[in-house]
Amino acid sequence: MKYLDEYRDPVVARRLLQEIHATATRPWTIMEVCGGQTHTIVRQGIDELLPDGLRMIHGPGCPVCVTPLELIDKALAIAARPEVIFTSYGDMLRVPGSHTDLLALKARGADVRVVYSPVDAVDLARRNPDRQVVFFAVGFETTAPANAMAVLRADALGLPNFGILVSHVLVPPAMTAILESPATRVQGFLAAGHVCAVMGWTEYEPLAARYRVPVVVTGFEPLDLLEGILMTVRQLEEGRHEVENQYARAVLRSGNTAAQDAIRRVFIVGDRTWRGIGPIPGSGLHLAPAFAAYDAETRFGVAALTAREHPHCVAGEILQGTKVPTDCRAYGTLCTPRTPLGAPMVSTEGTCAAFHNAGRRNDT
Amino acid sequence: MTAVDPLRATCPLPRAETEHVLLGHGSGGQLSAGLLRDLILPGLGAASPAGPAQDAAVLKLGDRELVMSTDSFVVSPLFFPGGDIGSLAVHGTVNDVAMMGAEPFALSAAFVIEEGFPLDVLRRVTESIGRAATAAGVPVVTGDTKVVGRGAADGLFVNTTGLGLRLPGAMPSADGARPGDAVVLSGPIGLHGTTVLSVREGLGFETDIASDTRPLHRLVRAMVEAVGPDLHALRDPTRGGLASAVNELAQASEVGVELDETVLPVPPAVAAACDLLGLDPLHVANEGCLVAFVAADRADRLLAAMRSVPEGAGAVRVGTVLDDRSGQVTVRTLLGARRVVDMLIGEQLPRIC
Amino acid sequence: MCLGIPGRIITTGHDEGLRMGVVDFGGVRRDVCLAYVPECEAGDYVIVHVGFAISRVDEEEARRTLEVLRALDGGQALAGELGQ
Repeated sequence: MKYLDEYRDPVVARRLLQEIHATATRPWTIMEVCGGQTHTIVRQGIDELLPDGLRMIHGPGCPVCVTPLELIDKALAIAARPEVIFTSYGDMLRVPGSHTDLLALKARGADVRVVYSPVDAVDLARRNPDRQVVFFAVGFETTAPANAMAVLRADALGLPNFGILVSHVLVPPAMTAILESPATRVQGFLAAGHVCAVMGWTEYEPLAARYRVPVVVTGFEPLDLLEGILMTVRQLEEGRHEVENQYARAVLRSGNTAAQDAIRRVFIVGDRTWRGIGPIPGSGLHLAPAFAAYDAETRFGVAALTAREHPHCVAGEILQGTKVPTDCRAYGTLCTPRTPLGAPMVSTEGTCAAFHNAGRRNDT
Repeated sequence: MTAVDPLRATCPLPRAETEHVLLGHGSGGQLSAGLLRDLILPGLGAASPAGPAQDAAVLKLGDRELVMSTDSFVVSPLFFPGGDIGSLAVHGTVNDVAMMGAEPFALSAAFVIEEGFPLDVLRRVTESIGRAATAAGVPVVTGDTKVVGRGAADGLFVNTTGLGLRLPGAMPSADGARPGDAVVLSGPIGLHGTTVLSVREGLGFETDIASDTRPLHRLVRAMVEAVGPDLHALRDPTRGGLASAVNELAQASEVGVELDETVLPVPPAVAAACDLLGLDPLHVANEGCLVAFVAADRADRLLAAMRSVPEGAGAVRVGTVLDDRSGQVTVRTLLGARRVVDMLIGEQLPRIC
Repeated sequence: MCLGIPGRIITTGHDEGLRMGVVDFGGVRRDVCLAYVPECEAGDYVIVHVGFAISRVDEEEARRTLEVLRALDGGQALAGELGQ
């Protein structure tokens, strides 16, 4: 496919790897923020081809993984209601709540459906006026414009039977939280290309300056990742800490202003708890008061629900990059993609699942 | 619809669906294997002979070997580009019999039909069965029809059983792969699964591709005639895809297998659909290709024989059996690194985020 | 996060006020919401995430990036096989 296949060229990839080997003279630790990037790195084995001292830490960039347990429980409570058609992106169906997951709930009779796009959920509401259609709106800035459009669309079409359960998170506050952590070892970031396609990269400029870390906006194909890593290593070696754009074919400095406008109309910034990390101030999006009628949490009375994580799971440390999955005693034994204990094992983008699917075992 | 309250469940583990069947139990991946291992085979007990899980059973009758296989078809939608539930039911069972190195000679066809199902659609399906069986040269010799009340089945389910006779010199078995064997694939992967997904309600995308559903027994005959007992293992990678099929053979044979990602034949539209939905082509279902393990020094002869029949025109060597007992399947990636390829876990879900 | 795939806009239109279009992804086509890329027309490449075009692919920039990458001279200096 055009604009994908060219960026998978193994010959150019080898040249980039040689260039990285030639450029890195010291050990460096770089975090790729986005789960899609983690997926490519692990699937292609990029981290194993890097110089010994160059370490990639997989960041908290999987929306499925960072959605807090209590929101999963809220989703389950809503989906269990007989009048509800519960719609979700495919990845969320296997995420374990406190006691079950959406797939298992579906097997017991709940009406849970996978949609590819949030407008498909709105169409379901249009076609089923006698049912409540709830959409599980998870995601980062990339997904927020689509989820915002679902609300705007339902509002424009007059669909009171449509509602959304919002679990939106924002990347820059999480990066700040990681940099503020005393345990952090991150010296540079690959910023998430598609988040920046929506938001641009001006938000990262003060962050790069304040914490003196290079940030390189990076795409998702093997050549993108390798070039992003090379650009970050160059900055580190030269003592620079700038925001650079590797993914220039898709990202403008100002981002997509039409999409940003829709986000601002439908959502307001507020605090959000990240699964495994905890509450981060100003790191989430919530429905704006004007659209409160579409909030499924209040409509179905689940707003007060709380939950507690499994004690063995080190998801928090993994999402922050202070531990790797193979450090966890439950990894690969008690916790597998089939029986995930924690969020990073659930989505194929989650660090633990990515490790597991690539066959990384505790002994390697 | 019954209301269910997840908060009333009292299981101590965060996730343990042990009481109900999930859709993933029928996906041909790890959940399916677990259901067979932990529930069905123990249930059958002594009534089920031991041995590796195969696509079909081999029954000795004097000096002849009878091969028997059965399969139920529940595809949704019933008609898709390249085929329908009728042709699929013929090809699926013909192929399962053929994967034991056998020539299928008879089929049964049984229908479970939901009350209210249009007779016209039923006619189209049975005519498709007739055409597919005639084209394959395997007669439908017996059958059954059951009708269930509205809601008790989703339209139409079809079961077919096939009988065949082992070809002289053929002895492929799931546990037959040996270190050094070449791994050979008969053609492109991912076409059936991607086509069916494309016409399934909800995902709403269109492609120009069609399912690869077709009978493979003539291809198998050509392969057996070419290399006989050096054909060590055969499987058609249906549900769960190539990754699951090769994993099953690697585990049954207790050998490691390395596939080469750069030579895997993935049609561009299949790759595109997989990119779009976040799926791995190695896990997508096929209905018209097979994977074979053959003694390395016979691989070229086998490939030539395969390419001489239309079903094997795209045959290509895709991997090697390693000299270890790991039972693990690895892929050499585009960049030259190695990664382990597991079986599909449960239901294949479009990955969006 | 955020699986986004480049595709080419085939047709554009409206569905009850919402700007939509058909986008081709190398032989796979799907309806995509074009509300956030008002400047894009048939023939343009866009990055699509969950059925929404979120940005236009700058074809000139893409070509330039590839040229830079392909011009990397891996033959000189350290060469040698890597990591295998």
